[in-house]
This record gives sequence, structure tokens and C-alpha cells, in this order.
Amino acid sequence: MERTPRLVLEGISKGFGRTQVLEGVDLVVFPQEIVAILGPSGCGKTTLLRVVAGLETPEEGRVSLDGTDISAWPPEKRGIGFVFQDYALFPHLTVWGNVAFGLRGRDRWERARRALERVGMGGFLQRRPGELSGGEQQRVALARALAPEPPLLLLDEPFSSLDAELRASTRAEVRQILKETRTTALLVTHDQEEALSFADKLGVMREGRIEQVGPPEEVYLRPKTPFVARFLGRANLLSGEGCGRYAETVLGRVPVTEPVQGPVVVALRPEALRLRPPQGEGGPLGQVVAREFKGHDLTYRVCLPSVAEDVVVQEGPESPFRVGEWVRVAVAGAGVPLRATPHPGVRPSFLGSRGPGVARLGT
Amino acid sequence: MRGSLGSRRGGGHWVLGVPALLTGGALLVPLLYLILRALEADPAALGTIVLRPKNLALVANTLALLAGVLALSTVIAVPLAFLTTRTALRGKRLWATLLTLPLAVPGYVGAYVLLATTGPGGILPLPRLEGFGGATVVLSFVLYPYLFLGLRAALSGVDPGTEEAARTLGVGPLRAFFRVTLPQILPALLSGYLVIGLHVLGDFGTVSLLRYETFSYAIYVQYDAAFDRVYAAWLALLLLFLTGGLLLIEGGLRRRIAVARVSKGSAKKAPDVRLGRATPWAYLYLLLPLLLALVVPLVALIHLARRFPGDHLHGLGEALAHSALAAGPTALLALGMALPLAYLAVRSRSPLLRGLERLAYLGYAVPPLALGLAWIFFTLRGLPFLYGTFALWVLVLALHFVAEAVAPVRGALHQVPRRLEEVARTLGKGPVQAFFRVTFPLLWRGAAAGGAVVFVGASKELPLSLLLAPMGYRPLSVRVFSYTREAMFAEAAPFALLIVVLSAAFVGVLLWSEHLV
Repeated sequence: MERTPRLVLEGISKGFGRTQVLEGVDLVVFPQEIVAILGPSGCGKTTLLRVVAGLETPEEGRVSLDGTDISAWPPEKRGIGFVFQDYALFPHLTVWGNVAFGLRGRDRWERARRALERVGMGGFLQRRPGELSGGEQQRVALARALAPEPPLLLLDEPFSSLDAELRASTRAEVRQILKETRTTALLVTHDQEEALSFADKLGVMREGRIEQVGPPEEVYLRPKTPFVARFLGRANLLSGEGCGRYAETVLGRVPVTEPVQGPVVVALRPEALRLRPPQGEGGPLGQVVAREFKGHDLTYRVCLPSVAEDVVVQEGPESPFRVGEWVRVAVAGAGVPLRATPHPGVRPSFLGSRGPGVARLGT
Repeated sequence: MRGSLGSRRGGGHWVLGVPALLTGGALLVPLLYLILRALEADPAALGTIVLRPKNLALVANTLALLAGVLALSTVIAVPLAFLTTRTALRGKRLWATLLTLPLAVPGYVGAYVLLATTGPGGILPLPRLEGFGGATVVLSFVLYPYLFLGLRAALSGVDPGTEEAARTLGVGPLRAFFRVTLPQILPALLSGYLVIGLHVLGDFGTVSLLRYETFSYAIYVQYDAAFDRVYAAWLALLLLFLTGGLLLIEGGLRRRIAVARVSKGSAKKAPDVRLGRATPWAYLYLLLPLLLALVVPLVALIHLARRFPGDHLHGLGEALAHSALAAGPTALLALGMALPLAYLAVRSRSPLLRGLERLAYLGYAVPPLALGLAWIFFTLRGLPFLYGTFALWVLVLALHFVAEAVAPVRGALHQVPRRLEEVARTLGKGPVQAFFRVTFPLLWRGAAAGGAVVFVGASKELPLSLLLAPMGYRPLSVRVFSYTREAMFAEAAPFALLIVVLSAAFVGVLLWSEHLV
């Protein structure tokens, strides 16, 4: 991969009235990279895309495309493609007319046809958008944005209006098309699975800031903040005392992925814990308070007398424990030490005291 | 459908079917009779009747007026609609309401104001505008609100995402408006043109006061002065053909530009365009039609009314009573016709019964003079006891206005899910009972609005009242018309003022409370 960035965002800030939506966002996207920005609704991710496209003007910060500062350019000069969440197809034009809209020159209709064939919509040229299903509209919107071969394609929650079954297959197809056309893409979504499976690089956004950027595996396995740990999947957050390669917690000694000293919060994925019968060794005693069978696995919620929050444990489908039974919770994997959340007003102490121990958002 | 009112299985079929069929017949039969009557003419004489150069001039005049009014009202309404929806101007909803009020000024009152204020002896130092120019100006300023309201609704319904999509595809803001937004509001433009076109073809008061010879004017002259019935019937028929042509053209164009909103979910609101240094000009553009179509007429009417001889004042109460006496029963009758038509159109499975509602629009589209003449011929030959009666006047008024009652009732009916009636049926109510206990209470607001619209429309209606009001009845509209024709402007003023003030108040309240603006 070349090392000249396609898109560079530096210190982007944007507010609407009194609410600050973006607070100093930095981001780098390299050519042919697919980057996903993941965050809960209202975290500012759509605004970020609109700033990149030129549909919103930031108060501060700089947008550069291929080394050129385009901060002051209107959207039509930027040539950045945009797939809108609700597709925004032109209802008065045919499918073909929609895709040819952004093209110039004599061969525009031919190029539009090729773009539609690439997304499997070659047989729908003369249809009106109103006659298409959601999935078909989505393909047309993608073809329309891709046809002018933009240096950068922005996708705003592109799969959110499709039903669950269609979503996964469309996602895979779109990713393949983007890779085949060597398109550089920036996608925003609130769906963890989508972000993890779609992106080469993942950024997690919260309240107008990007908290962590990296390859999806790294962000998932080595979250840096409690928010990232919980937003990307279920995580048990345990406070303890760092002693080098391990930390002392209520679950006993937990190996950590990097050396720590002093007070620390450690994130442990449910699959890093195991349940054992109460007679044996290993881990503190607790009582099963909930059991959720999901076919491929089984999730327990265990109440430990010494801990305010329930602990979540994921076992194989044949795990025998029942609600009400006493069990021992044993550590079977490594925990990730977290740095304190950078947001003022949100103290790390909330981790141990209130709220459910497991955050499962956006499922 | 099963088991609800108006269905075969429900047994309540004929409860609504019979009145609906009667209404449909009343709308259709006299027109068919008009055609038969016209065809009775001696074939040799027919050539001289239809092909006289006079008719060609009438066609040319009528079409010229149509084109002129459509063009001028477009120039007025399109910028107004844009300014009151998509810009950062203050008080957009208030402006929109005020700018819709000229709808309350009947064309003949507009013509009266023009005649009374301009030319020699007028209170404004302007040359008198008569004929084509005068008729175009007056009709444009009283009819543009139809276009304005439709365009406003369409503009706020356009997905602003489509304009943004165009921007990301390399198209600048102005071109994005013309290439993306304007095509999406074409259907609204077309609907507005149709409504305005029907009013222009049907207009009688304006053209006859301003002495511009169109079909309506010629028909009335034939009927009133020359009384050549066969020629009058033929003129009415030619006018009907013209109306039919307008409907066909509109229908054809509509099929081509059908536009359905694609995006689902709630409409995003487009960001308001800031006008910068053009802002004062924008306010001026909003103010100008208001001044010309509302303020000037009102001031002129008040000024003229002050010259009105005081001892004529009792005539005012009498005229008001005559108008209300016709408009009240008309509103009730039109509502009685509209309820079955609307209900069957929404709920019936029978194409015949569903289609009856279309006939209601026939009553609206047919120029009132043609409708009135058709009924006169029909009753003279077939139902002579009805001719010249109060009942016939009210009946024809109701037939003309029934479409204006159908629309709101139909709208309300769409808000009442059929399931509610089905629930009532499962709770042991018969179809008729289910309708009156569940459906009717939910649509009475729509029905009331429809009835009120008909009441106001009928109380200022001119051509039908002129033809059909029985001896001794002289409603407001007829008095304004006959005084103005005699150039007795001061005498006409209080009647005209009453019409404008009452209907403006009504239109304003209706628009505001129904959130039409």
C-alpha cells in the first residue's frame, strides 16, 4: 500500500447551536483502504462524513485530499462520492438516468450501464427508483456514486435500511466491489459486526471524538478505553492492582497483555472466563443468575458476593450449569489493561459501581 | 372489504350505493341531454352554427386567456412558494397564510375593483385595464394561490438528500435545483395548472365585466339576450370539449412525469437558504401580490362603500340572507352526496361504485354555465315542475361543489383504518351501526371542513345563481355583478366588501387550523 494518504482530517470541530458535535477529529485514510467509523447514534459520525463531502462546513480543522487542502471547496468541486443512508435516488429519473447524472461526455450512458452491470443491476436500466426494493435501490445508489470513479467514497450507514438477512450478503458483495474497483472508502455505522467485518481499519467514535483507531482485530482485542471495550462487544471490567505481567482482581490473578503497575481497570471478554463446579479449585464462588442459550454458545451471568456487577461468562453449548447453581469463575485468558477515559465528567469509578456489567449495544 | 358498509356481503351495499348512483346520474344525465339536444340541430344549419368565424375567435380568446393566466400565475407563485419554504426569511407561515387569502376574492369582485379604481373617474391614477390584459391580471391574482399552495406542499415534500446527492455528483447549487428539485415538483405544477385552467375556462364574472369575449361570456349573451337555445347549447358543448381537451393533456403529461418519493422514513428538512443582500427584495416580492390582490381591493372597497347611500342598507341584510339560504342547504346536500361517494371510493370493491367518485370531479370541471344550461334544458323538457325553483338552484350548486366536499371527506376516511370497522363488527355491530358508531365520529372533522368549503363557495357563486336563482332571490354575488355592470360602483361596494371579508376570514381560519400552510 502506498504511503501517501488519500484523506487527512486534522482537528475537525463542528457544532450546531450550543451542542458540539465534533471535537478535534483527526483521521488518515490511505488509498484503497476501507475505513469504518463506528459509534453510537448521535456521536457525530454522519456529521463527520458530511464535513468530508463538503455538505457541512467545520468551524475548525482541515480536510485534505491527496495532499490538497479542500476545506473551502464546495461539494461539487471535491468529486467525493457519497452513498446516503436513505440512498436519495432521484425519483424523477430512471435507474440509468440516476447513474448517468454525475457523468460527462459522449460515453456517459455506456459508462452508467457498465456501473450498473457491476452491481448486478444491468437489467433494471429503465426502471424508476420507486419500483425497486430496498436492496436494489442500495445497489443503484452505490453504482451512482461509483460511476464517476471518485478518489474517495463515503458511505453513511449504507446497510441500515436493509433487513438482517440481506444485510450480511449485501455487505460482502459491496466490499468485494470496492476491492475490485480499488476504491478508497470511508464508512460510518453503529453496527459493530458490520464495522469489524467490513473495514481494513476501524475507528471508534464517541461524543465527537475518535477514541481509538487501528485494524479491527487490534481494536477488538486490545481496546484502550472502557468505552471501546464495551462498545465493540461484551466485556467484564474489573478494577485491580497491577503487578507487572498480571493484575490482582476479585477473580484472582489475571494475566494482562502488557505490563502494568498500580491501580488499573482490566477488560476481560466473556470468552476469557470459564465456569467450574463449586467443589473444585480455581476462582471465587458465585451464583448463576441468568442463562442464555444461543445455539453456538451459552452465556451465563454470575453474581459474585464481593462484586457489585454481575460477571458475564461465555461457555460452549453443552455447558451444564443451571440458574441458581453455585459455581466457581476461573480466568482462562488474558485481560486488557485500559487507560482512563479521556472525557471529563465521566469518572472510571462508574465502571465498578453502577449499571450492568455488560454492554451489548447495537445488536 | 368483507362485511363493511357498501360491500355485497355486508348487506349495507345499497344504503350507500343508491345515493351514490343518484348523484352520479344527476351529474351525467343533463350533460348527455345537452349533447343530444345540440345534435338535434338541422345538419344544414349545423355547419353555419359550429363553423362560424365567431367561434374561432372565441376559441382563440379563451386559449389566449388560459395561456396568459397560467404564465402570470407561474411568475407569481413559483418564487413565492420557494421564498416561503426554503429560505431563512422570517414569519414564513404567516406570509404563506396571507398570500393564500386572495383565494377569497371572487374573480368578479377583482374585476369590479379594477373597473372602479382605474381609468377616468377611478380613484387610482391608472389607465383602465380591460379586455385581455385586465382579465389576465385579475384572474392571475385571484387564482395563483391554487398553484402556490400545491407548490409549497411539493417543495417541502422533496427529499433534500436528492439535492445533496446531486452536489456530491459534481453539480452546483443552482443547477441542482433546476435538474433535481424542479422536476420533482412538476406534478404539483401540473395539478395547479389544471385547477387554474378549469377556473379560467369556467370563469364568467371576470370576463363579462371586463368585456373580454370568451366562451362563457358568449354563452351568457346568447342565453340572456339573443336566446338562441341551440346555439347556446353548441357553445356550451364546445366549451365542454375544450375542458375535456385540458383534462386529456393534463392526464397525458401526468403519466409521463409520475414521480414517487423514494426515500422512506421521515422527511429531512432542507436547510434554509440565506438570501444575504437579496433579503429586502425577497420581502418586497412577498409584499407585492399581497398589496395588489388584497390590500388595494380592500382599501378601495372600504373607500367606495363609504359613498354608499345609507337607505340602501336594508338590502345588505336581505342579500346576505339570500346567499345563506342557498348556501346552507347546498352545503348539507353536497355533504350528503359526498359521504357515500367518498366512502365507496375508498372502501368498495366494485369498480363501478369506486368510479362514481370521479363523476364528482366532472361537476367541478364542467364550466358552471354549461352545467346550468344543461340543467335548464333538461328540466324544461323532462322535469318542467322543477324549472325555476329554489330546489333546482340548490341541487345544481351542490352538484357543482360536491367535489370540494369529497376531497376532505376522502382524506379523513383514509385516516380511519378499515380494521376499526372490523373490530366493531366482531363486537356485534351491523355494518350501518359500525359506520355510524365508529367511522363517522372519526371523520366528522373532515366532513365539517368539506361542508364549510362548500358553504363559502356557494355563497359567492355567480354564474349558476345568475341562471338559476328563482324570482325574488338576489344573493350577494348577483347584486355585485348587476350593479357593476351598470357602473354603479358605490352601490356594489358593501356587497363586495361583505363577500371578501367573510370568505377571507374563513379561508384564513381554515388554512391555519388545518395546517395547510
